[in-house]
Amino acid sequence: MNETQSSGRGGAFDLSQFHSVFFEEAGDNLANMEMLLLSVDNTSADDETLNAIFRCAHSIKGGAATFGFQDVADLTHVMETLLDKLRRHELNVTRLMIDTLLESGDVLKQLLACRQQGVRADVDFAPLVTRIGDLTAGRVVVVDPPAGHAAVQAASKALHTEPLIELEIGPLDNPGAVDAIAELFTEIPGLGTIESMADVDHPDGPCKRLMVRSRSSDGDLFDLLSFHIARERIRIARKDAAPIAPAPVASAPKVAAPAAPAAAASDDFGFFGDPVSAPPAAAPVAASVAPMEPVAAAPAAAPAPMRRESDRSGGGVNLESSTIRVPIEKVDQLINLVGELVITQAMLAQNGRDLDPVAHQSMMVGLADLERSTRLLQESVMAIRMIPMAMVFNRFPRMLRDLASKLGKQVDLLTIGEDTELDKGLIEKITDPLTHLVRNAADHGIEPPAERLAAGKPAQGTVTLAASHSGGSIVIEVRDDGRGLNREKLLKKAIERGIPVHDQMTDQDVYGLIFEPGFSTAAEVTDISGRGVGMDVVKRNIVSLGGSVEIDSTLGRGMRVSVRLPLTLAIMDGMSVGVGHETYILPLASVVESIHLNDEDIKSVGGTGRVVEVRDSFLPIISVRELFDVRPERDGEGGIMIVVEAEGGRIALLVDELIGQHQVVVKNLESNYRKVPGVSGATILGDGRVSLILDVSWFVRRARH
Amino acid sequence: MRVILVVDDSASMRQMVTFTLKSSGFEVIEAIDGQDALDKLGDRSIDLVLTDQNMPRMDGLGLIRNLRALMRFQGTPILMLTTESGDEMKQAGRAAGATGWLVKPFDPVRLLQVIDKVLPRAVPQ
Repeated sequence: MNETQSSGRGGAFDLSQFHSVFFEEAGDNLANMEMLLLSVDNTSADDETLNAIFRCAHSIKGGAATFGFQDVADLTHVMETLLDKLRRHELNVTRLMIDTLLESGDVLKQLLACRQQGVRADVDFAPLVTRIGDLTAGRVVVVDPPAGHAAVQAASKALHTEPLIELEIGPLDNPGAVDAIAELFTEIPGLGTIESMADVDHPDGPCKRLMVRSRSSDGDLFDLLSFHIARERIRIARKDAAPIAPAPVASAPKVAAPAAPAAAASDDFGFFGDPVSAPPAAAPVAASVAPMEPVAAAPAAAPAPMRRESDRSGGGVNLESSTIRVPIEKVDQLINLVGELVITQAMLAQNGRDLDPVAHQSMMVGLADLERSTRLLQESVMAIRMIPMAMVFNRFPRMLRDLASKLGKQVDLLTIGEDTELDKGLIEKITDPLTHLVRNAADHGIEPPAERLAAGKPAQGTVTLAASHSGGSIVIEVRDDGRGLNREKLLKKAIERGIPVHDQMTDQDVYGLIFEPGFSTAAEVTDISGRGVGMDVVKRNIVSLGGSVEIDSTLGRGMRVSVRLPLTLAIMDGMSVGVGHETYILPLASVVESIHLNDEDIKSVGGTGRVVEVRDSFLPIISVRELFDVRPERDGEGGIMIVVEAEGGRIALLVDELIGQHQVVVKNLESNYRKVPGVSGATILGDGRVSLILDVSWFVRRARH
Repeated sequence: MRVILVVDDSASMRQMVTFTLKSSGFEVIEAIDGQDALDKLGDRSIDLVLTDQNMPRMDGLGLIRNLRALMRFQGTPILMLTTESGDEMKQAGRAAGATGWLVKPFDPVRLLQVIDKVLPRAVPQ
């Protein structure tokens, strides 16, 4: 393996210690490259962008070659060659080039992921290398539209189990023969698939090169194809026998050249003073350097062949000098410690209240200072975990682009407020629901161009992603200027599905129907949005993060989905309640109201269930004391009922007393103890006792059964 | 202690080179591109410069030209760490005032061998 070879050559140096840095860096470079490639799409690329894209590929190649990831180095090498020609204006950027480079980026991601996990990358990117080679050579490349996408999917799918065969057909007298051959592959089941098709030059006339995946033998292929073209005009080459590195890469100048033993003269290192590039053996270097051409004379001697070395200002902003990478565990540890500090501070404050303020004046001042500093410290530490929404938004331009071309729609993406920050944990969890909402907007919201034009709208639809702060939460909106929601259709659909509705429902409530399980507005399920994961799952995910979601729409004008989330999962506004000797915390967001209980309000239903009538509706009662088997301080059921809401349902929780509202530092119970039904986490109270945070959703679900 | 300036926009390459050099007893100044290198140097003198070519803001050749324009860097060896070794690169490097080049990829042992040639007896045997 290359890795072992590399570290072997490294002697006492273990290069694997730099791998994680390389993987992160390569990931950043890939993301950056993708963003830049998307920005040159459909427009003429400016020099700085092309240079920046080149640098991304170049940087990945250099690192990959150094750390022995030869496949990554090989692919980036051909990409770099193409990009170099582009930035030198020896070639013009085409849509196909951008597509191919984006596809290469996807393959690189896979290769890197495999390398990172230490598994063998089972990705055949030879056709991609061939195509990039053809593009670089200025040859016309024809890619079957589905095959273009397929190449990436092929990498992970079963396609690779079928051997890769290169078919060269020609010279072609009748171009129709190729189409006929291509049709064979769609008509004959099991024959195989065409991965790519390219024009190739042949001294006797135009030829086509088809990369084909097929299990058929050469003889069978000859027999089949000879229906359409003479046998002698068919050349078949099996690609799988060859090592991963394809031909164009093998000739790569010096990339893969192994370091020669010190004594042997090699071209990997040399002095400019010596034209033959043989290192001056033991000559004092100062001497060999000093007589070299004076710098002032240099410009006259050689008109610098590399262009624009110095005016590379702007673009490719490198934040590295002002940021540091820290493992998330370190940050979490810090947050935990600050949490402990907050608790200690709260304990001190509680004890301080009993002291005589006059006698302990300086102590009181100190406690007040401590409280302020603790709060500031807590806020600063929490800010470390905050990540800009751009981290999520950045994935959508690419997704929408692929989606739009699949759907035959024109969709533009507008992002607002990418700098808005959100807790890292939330960022990770909100990505999937947002992806679903954006897909939905493009798939169901935005109309096909003809329909839009007929409605007097521009052919290109716009999906807007906007993030902003509002109070203690963040609001993320997914807007589209598509067809909007149709109230009548929604109501009709709901009736068909047996969902209870009535005509007096507000628009808000009608739109909310799309969050009902099993409700889908599309006439048929498409492979884009309708994957069985409906809007109900989106809503459930958002609610489980302590958030909420709202829909607003105008028929024919578009729709807006607003997702509201708390800024962080680590701190929560809680309401503490007393049950016997225990204190429990309820998330304030799910508390609707609290009511003093009169025994006559309680009604028994069936054998075991009890309900209470609150504002004309009956809510099931759950006694926390009974459920958790808490020893009562006194006889009789406690007197406070707290109405809580989750997952669209309300219940009444019976507790003994209401203690108060305050912010709590949420501790994960599962990782510190084990998962406990009905409990979502724990916190430490001002007096040092542990208090459990109740999982309201669990209670609501329990009441339903 | 001999001081080496290492300039590369790739953090992994920079760490690898820096680690190699520090393990061999050199002091290292790291910079992420030509401009950063000039900023970090101030009025310090150094014994050797190792620089990448392709970097944002100011590339390797730009850095070399800037360094050579300073009196105290007239005699300092400057090596370009580059993936290219074509004539075009060599011409440009020579014109800018580089002392020599080392083609990437290289491993720590090769790097130290080359440094030993440029700074004799600097690498502990």
